[in-house]
Amino acid sequence: MSGPVVVSARPTLAVRVRRVWAYRELLVGLVRKELKVKYKNSVLGFAWSMLNPALYLLVFWFVFEKVLRNGVPQFPIFLLSGLLVWNLFSVAVGAATGSIVDNAGLIKKVAFPREVLPLASVGAAVVHFFLQLVVLVVALFGFRSDIAWSYVPLLPLALVVVIVLAAGVGVLLSALNVYLRDIKHVVDLLLLAWFWFTPIVWQFRSLADPGTAAERLGLLNPITPIVLTFQRALYARLETESGPILPDWTVAHHLSLLLVVFALGIVLVVVGEIVFGRLEGDFAEEL
Amino acid sequence: MRHAIEIRGVEKQFRLRHEKSLKERVLRVGRSQPDEFWALRDIDILVETGSTLGLVGHNGSGKSTLLKCVAGILRPTAGTIVTTGRVAALLELGAGFQPDLTGRENVFLNGSILGLSRKEIAGRFDDIVAFSELEQFIDTQVKHYSSGMFVRLGFAVAVNLDPAILLIDEVLAVGDEAFQRKCIDRVREFQREGRTIVFVTHSMTQVQEICDRTVVLDHGIMVADDEPAAAIRTFREHLYAKQSQLAEGATGSGRNTGAVRDSRRTPPTERELQATKRVTLTDVVFEYPQSDERGHVLASEPFAIRVRYRSQERVDDLMCGIGIHDTTGRLLFGSNTKFLGVALPTVDGEGEIVLRFPSLPLLGGDYRLSVALQSDDETVVYDWSEQRHQIAVLPVDRSHGVVALNMTVEV
Repeated sequence: MSGPVVVSARPTLAVRVRRVWAYRELLVGLVRKELKVKYKNSVLGFAWSMLNPALYLLVFWFVFEKVLRNGVPQFPIFLLSGLLVWNLFSVAVGAATGSIVDNAGLIKKVAFPREVLPLASVGAAVVHFFLQLVVLVVALFGFRSDIAWSYVPLLPLALVVVIVLAAGVGVLLSALNVYLRDIKHVVDLLLLAWFWFTPIVWQFRSLADPGTAAERLGLLNPITPIVLTFQRALYARLETESGPILPDWTVAHHLSLLLVVFALGIVLVVVGEIVFGRLEGDFAEEL
Repeated sequence: MRHAIEIRGVEKQFRLRHEKSLKERVLRVGRSQPDEFWALRDIDILVETGSTLGLVGHNGSGKSTLLKCVAGILRPTAGTIVTTGRVAALLELGAGFQPDLTGRENVFLNGSILGLSRKEIAGRFDDIVAFSELEQFIDTQVKHYSSGMFVRLGFAVAVNLDPAILLIDEVLAVGDEAFQRKCIDRVREFQREGRTIVFVTHSMTQVQEICDRTVVLDHGIMVADDEPAAAIRTFREHLYAKQSQLAEGATGSGRNTGAVRDSRRTPPTERELQATKRVTLTDVVFEYPQSDERGHVLASEPFAIRVRYRSQERVDDLMCGIGIHDTTGRLLFGSNTKFLGVALPTVDGEGEIVLRFPSLPLLGGDYRLSVALQSDDETVVYDWSEQRHQIAVLPVDRSHGVVALNMTVEV
């Protein structure tokens, strides 16, 4: 079936990528498993994934439309446009980081490309994202919210970019976490800080005026362009009476920012894979 | 001849580090030299395509480490391993089974972990279920399975993988006897189909039954690479040499007696407690052919047991009996001087009785010896040693069971 394989050698990057591809069905299987196990024995099953953002929507609608009045019309839509894609990133990275350690039993007993584990965590987060997106789409129609259709074609790209980014970070951290278990805890804290550094609850333009250092600083966060693209397309309001909300960028400008983050994502994937490859040989004895 | 597995100069060093968290590492910087030890040293093995190799050795000898290196789970510190064809490793049956998923879902998941496509698994699903005999339970969550069912499903998936090379780590020792038999039959079928098998075992019976060749490891070093019977002999010699060294170091005597049960640790049996010690057993010495140092006997060879005693006073009704047991304690042979029509002379002081066997018609394995000194009407026990000595019998051929019947074949 196959020619001689040097088992003892450290596989090159190309070999590793090919191996992961050969195991793509396992990737799908593991994602499926993760979802099945999560909702096994629950009556509502997958509906729980949707109930979460639906409840968010309801609570935030009540709080911000009726009680707090922060001056952002249809605030729940604004919030969910950014929050869902952020959740995708943070759930993916958080789960991927612990994936190797959590599957120690498997690592010690079965040979398969180990990257599949963090990648499956990312995959499960993607599936959740789509389930929650259904809620957002329903809400968009329910609230009769405007959509900036010309920006919608950017969304698939933004999604790919965030997945690549999460995969790179996830693969890297999952390997490091085997050697330094503190990483998992540090990551959980960092993600919380990162969330508030990303314009999800607050509005980008309310803090960063065009051409300022604040804007440049804000854009150092690679998640910001992704979140802004989602908000631009799905929320579509640039300003309200109380002030500007979103930057008035062209589709091309959004595209160029996304491509920069994409390039960063690719670099992270390569770095992650290289580090992972150097460390994985000792996974079975470290766990 | 093509080789399915080539292992050349493989070494594996383990670093034993215990601190895993940042705090522990910072605190121990500079003063923690990770303990290092060599789990494998300079291993060279070529496994011919279609042959079956057994790996034996005591616990910690490196057998499982070597198997994991071949499987690609561990990366050797030095040396190369080249395999040709799909490798399936059965290091643990049902590794990766998810308790919350059903048997069916687990078959698919486990199959893909082991490198099968969904289509391939679907094609073999019925075979897998039939082999596991779990038709009724296949849609039950695995967490409700008994450990035996778990293992059966795991084995069923693994053997249906269609591997060119199968690596097995002591997994044949699980399950009930009938299932074990089925597994061994399946392994034989694999052999007939020309697949390559490497397996780790503690069972010398399995080594003889299944292997073409056997490698013996001791503390990470290969001490034998030979046909099974010869390798087992080396293994036993190696092991017993070590044991007698230990015994000598501790007591300064006790050579060749094969003593296995320390009377200080094993409580005396009822018979032993009855001993009046009018006559005491001072020593039981095995007389091996050729060399007294050998520590084992072949079924075809002559063997003798020297029973040494000391009596406190004149005893005129001494009778000496022995029993040979298997390791479960079942008596295989019991006799005494009276049954054989030999009346022992009156004894006073020290003496020796020699019991000779022109051959010991037992198959390979460990047997235990009991020795009794009694009055010839069996009413008084002078001294009794219950299964405190071990006779190691080495196999001559691959027959299995207990008794070496002298069978010949005519065609």
